Amino acid sequence: MIRKSALEQSQLLASKEISSADLVKEHLEQIEKVDGDVHAFLHVDREGSLKAAEAIDKKRAQGEKLPPLAGVPLALKDVLTQKGIPTTCGSKMLEGWRPPYDSTVVEKLHAARIIILGKTNMDEFAMGSSTENSAYGPTHNPWDLTRIPGGSGGGSAAALAAFEAPLAIGTDTGGSIRQPAAVTGTVGVKPTYGGVSRYGLVAFSSSLDQAGPCARTVLDAALLHEAIAGHDERDSTSINAPIPPVVAAARSMDVKGMKIGIVKEISGAGFQPGVLNRFRESLDLLVQAGAEIVEVSCPNFDYALAAYYLIAPSECSSNLARFDSMRYGLRVGDDSGASAEEVMRATREAGFGPEVKRRIILGTYALSSGYYDAYYGSAQKVRTLIKRDFEAAFSKADVLVSPTAPTTAFKIGEKANDPVAMYLNDIATIPVNMAGVSGMSLPCGLADEDSLPAGFQIMAPAMKDDLLYRVGGLLEASLLAKWGKPILDFAPQLGGK
Amino acid sequence: MTLTYTQAVEKFEPTLGLEVHVELNTQSKMFCGCSTEFGAEPNTQTCPVCLGLPGALPVVNRTAVESTILIGLAMNCSIAPFSRFARKNYFYPDMPKNFQTSQYDEPICVNGYVDVTIDTDEGEKKFRVEIERVHMEEDTGKSLHVGGATGRIHGAEYSLLDYNRAGIPLVEIVTKIVGGTGKYAPQVARAYVTELRDILRSLGVSDVKMEQGSLRCDANVSLAPKGSSTLGTRSETKNVNSLRSVERAVHGEIIRQANILETEGRVIQETRHFLEESGETRPGRSKETAEDYRYFPEPDLLPVAPSAEWIESLRKRVPEKPSLRRKRLQEAWGVPDKEMQAMVNAELLDTVEETVTLGIDPTRARTWWMGEISRIANEKDVAATSLITPRDVADVVELITSGELTDKLARQVVEGIINGEGNAREVVSRRGLKVVSDDSALMKAIEDAIAAAPDTAERVRGGNIPAAGALIGAVMKATGGQADAARVRELLLKHLGHL
Repeated sequence: MIRKSALEQSQLLASKEISSADLVKEHLEQIEKVDGDVHAFLHVDREGSLKAAEAIDKKRAQGEKLPPLAGVPLALKDVLTQKGIPTTCGSKMLEGWRPPYDSTVVEKLHAARIIILGKTNMDEFAMGSSTENSAYGPTHNPWDLTRIPGGSGGGSAAALAAFEAPLAIGTDTGGSIRQPAAVTGTVGVKPTYGGVSRYGLVAFSSSLDQAGPCARTVLDAALLHEAIAGHDERDSTSINAPIPPVVAAARSMDVKGMKIGIVKEISGAGFQPGVLNRFRESLDLLVQAGAEIVEVSCPNFDYALAAYYLIAPSECSSNLARFDSMRYGLRVGDDSGASAEEVMRATREAGFGPEVKRRIILGTYALSSGYYDAYYGSAQKVRTLIKRDFEAAFSKADVLVSPTAPTTAFKIGEKANDPVAMYLNDIATIPVNMAGVSGMSLPCGLADEDSLPAGFQIMAPAMKDDLLYRVGGLLEASLLAKWGKPILDFAPQLGGK
Repeated sequence: MTLTYTQAVEKFEPTLGLEVHVELNTQSKMFCGCSTEFGAEPNTQTCPVCLGLPGALPVVNRTAVESTILIGLAMNCSIAPFSRFARKNYFYPDMPKNFQTSQYDEPICVNGYVDVTIDTDEGEKKFRVEIERVHMEEDTGKSLHVGGATGRIHGAEYSLLDYNRAGIPLVEIVTKIVGGTGKYAPQVARAYVTELRDILRSLGVSDVKMEQGSLRCDANVSLAPKGSSTLGTRSETKNVNSLRSVERAVHGEIIRQANILETEGRVIQETRHFLEESGETRPGRSKETAEDYRYFPEPDLLPVAPSAEWIESLRKRVPEKPSLRRKRLQEAWGVPDKEMQAMVNAELLDTVEETVTLGIDPTRARTWWMGEISRIANEKDVAATSLITPRDVADVVELITSGELTDKLARQVVEGIINGEGNAREVVSRRGLKVVSDDSALMKAIEDAIAAAPDTAERVRGGNIPAAGALIGAVMKATGGQADAARVRELLLKHLGHL
């Protein structure tokens, strides 16, 4: 049952072949069995999820009309607030904090009657590409427990790949949904900036952060996308427009006549050959299905990473200033002799990990008077140029494509001491965030070198997220026909202890 | 030797810069729906947004933007077609996010002016105070430092934080450099803040209560030797909380700086705090090493881009300039300066004007509001306008004019209205307060009074007119005070052979 898609699970619930309570129990058992090895979860809400499942079963028994995904379990990235449930953002700073309010995404999950199993592991405050920066220890890739599951949303992706949940929520600031999806053989979508409310998403970089759906199939992602998207007046940057028709697009199986643009700058040099092989084979499948491939150039993508590492740290240095021990979270050094300022300093010294500190310092420097124009100001100009590159490219192609990440999952610890090597993981995903457009990663096969999953990235214009699903849905079906079984069936079975 | 003020302004030319913070009187806070009401229990008017909880996001209060545009228009500013919020980053426990959402290089209103007039020995003088910018921001919470001698953070045993004020909409109004005032700098400063207060009050956008902190002034003062073309080093005197204090603070700073320049020769750029008792300032934070606030555009908010139509519709709501209006009303009503000032200070100008528009004589309207009604309001410690409406007052005055009420009876009617006994006519009928204007009824009472005191009546007949007072008193008593005393006197004296 746990290996079935969310859609299949929901159909069995609807036909009452299984109860939501039993479905949740099966997932809780799987968590019990494998999460000691995988460590996808920071908090499992056994009682709450079972209670919610029972309530839905009761409603269903009474004949109440329920939303499509009612009773299906989900794993929530620990960066979104859920009332009364610990929310740590993978940081010691927020250990024990139970938010007094629900994020809009959680409200929408509640409205969709989706069961939240628990909170998933992540790089501290979403800063990282491997989940090694979690203050609570790394998450392990279900394909190979010695490898990283990507990041920052490694917990959500690993939970899907380890069949601990059929659905998950991630957030993506520079690739934190898509890169973990790529290295775990799952599907992840970063919606258009403003497509999903950020209210209750603990901010890393406000102008880049976006919550989105994670799943094992394109259609599951679309169903979840539809459940969490939409305008929210509590988020001023939320777009007041109808949700793109993502579910219909995922089902359309039609790319005839679509123009698909390969972005030259992020589809060649520096990428693992086995990843590129799978990427090219996928393009062939799209051509066979009637799409036309064109090559486009986005010259300013070369500066995206550098600009990102000025903008994101700048915003984070300000966003994370509120963690000062005065109102919530960790407090260190309050010996009744210390001043408020000394307690703030001691708490921030103890509460933040090295990567978070590195970015706060970078951002503080970049915003400093005398440096602002050279750093933050220039980075914003690059951002405008990247947007223009996208506009030009989208005038030639309906969607753009690239491999999601340059490599497959690397070993835990391999890049831990080389921040720049770590940052390069997001080279293909960052431009999407910089321009506020939408992006998807779906599995396109196993790399020749290591038999680990490679990701295929699709990029679509703002509020045309449905195009991602149209292309992704067809490619997924073509690959499935080629492989004969879902990619996760190639992964080793996790036995637990 | 120590320089006096006169000597100081003979040797040095003062330059001013005034920053005024105004709390808007919107129902809800700048970026969330929390109430802004003053005086609630600590931390009861808070939510995830104004507490800066992780994940919470701001949403701009449209009314606050409107109020700010109105202020800008009333101060002759240009309204920017595109303006942005910015984050001002610094750590302080009473600031929930450790940044203040404010405006920096793209404020909503720029380049205005306010004309002020001051009275001097040389007659009236006019000055134009130019406005650099008017921008929106949010207030911080309040810290209460407990224990320790000073009530300041240093030496306190512990501190309490109240976030009710955090997020209340503030408007900051910054002048350009105000020069050329010479010795009148303190008066110009006061006149400017007064004018500003009156404008804000006329717009109805703030309570403008300096003592409650809804209008706070920071005064920048610097001195340069007379004839010098460069500006001196400035000090910034914080939170001067009355109009009089604005004048005193500038006055005190001019003396202090002049004496430094005379002796040590160097003024330190710093923040200073005004001491109400002495009129002097004490040093606060040094600004020698300028704090770096690392401003950058607020990514959680969209730019504010008011349309031309919106601005024009707001322009129609800007009322006549208070100083011009005062002048106009004073002339029309023929009110002496002192009384006019008293009416303005009592905040009853609008009310009196409203009463006058109902067809009431301006002097009578003013006398009622500033006299009897203000007296009762003071006793009850409430606003006069909360007791009685201009319509009620107009009704009462009309009854006096028509001779149906005496002034004395009218006071009883006013008392009745205030007690909630109904409108003027209702109180008159309920209390039976009609003037006894029927001469035959009065004659009956007069005859009774004479019968009760024949000796007194005899003395009056004999020419002792003042003795009539006792008889008039008796008649008034018998009629329950509802007779017109002058008429009683007339009838009585006639009856006793006089007139």
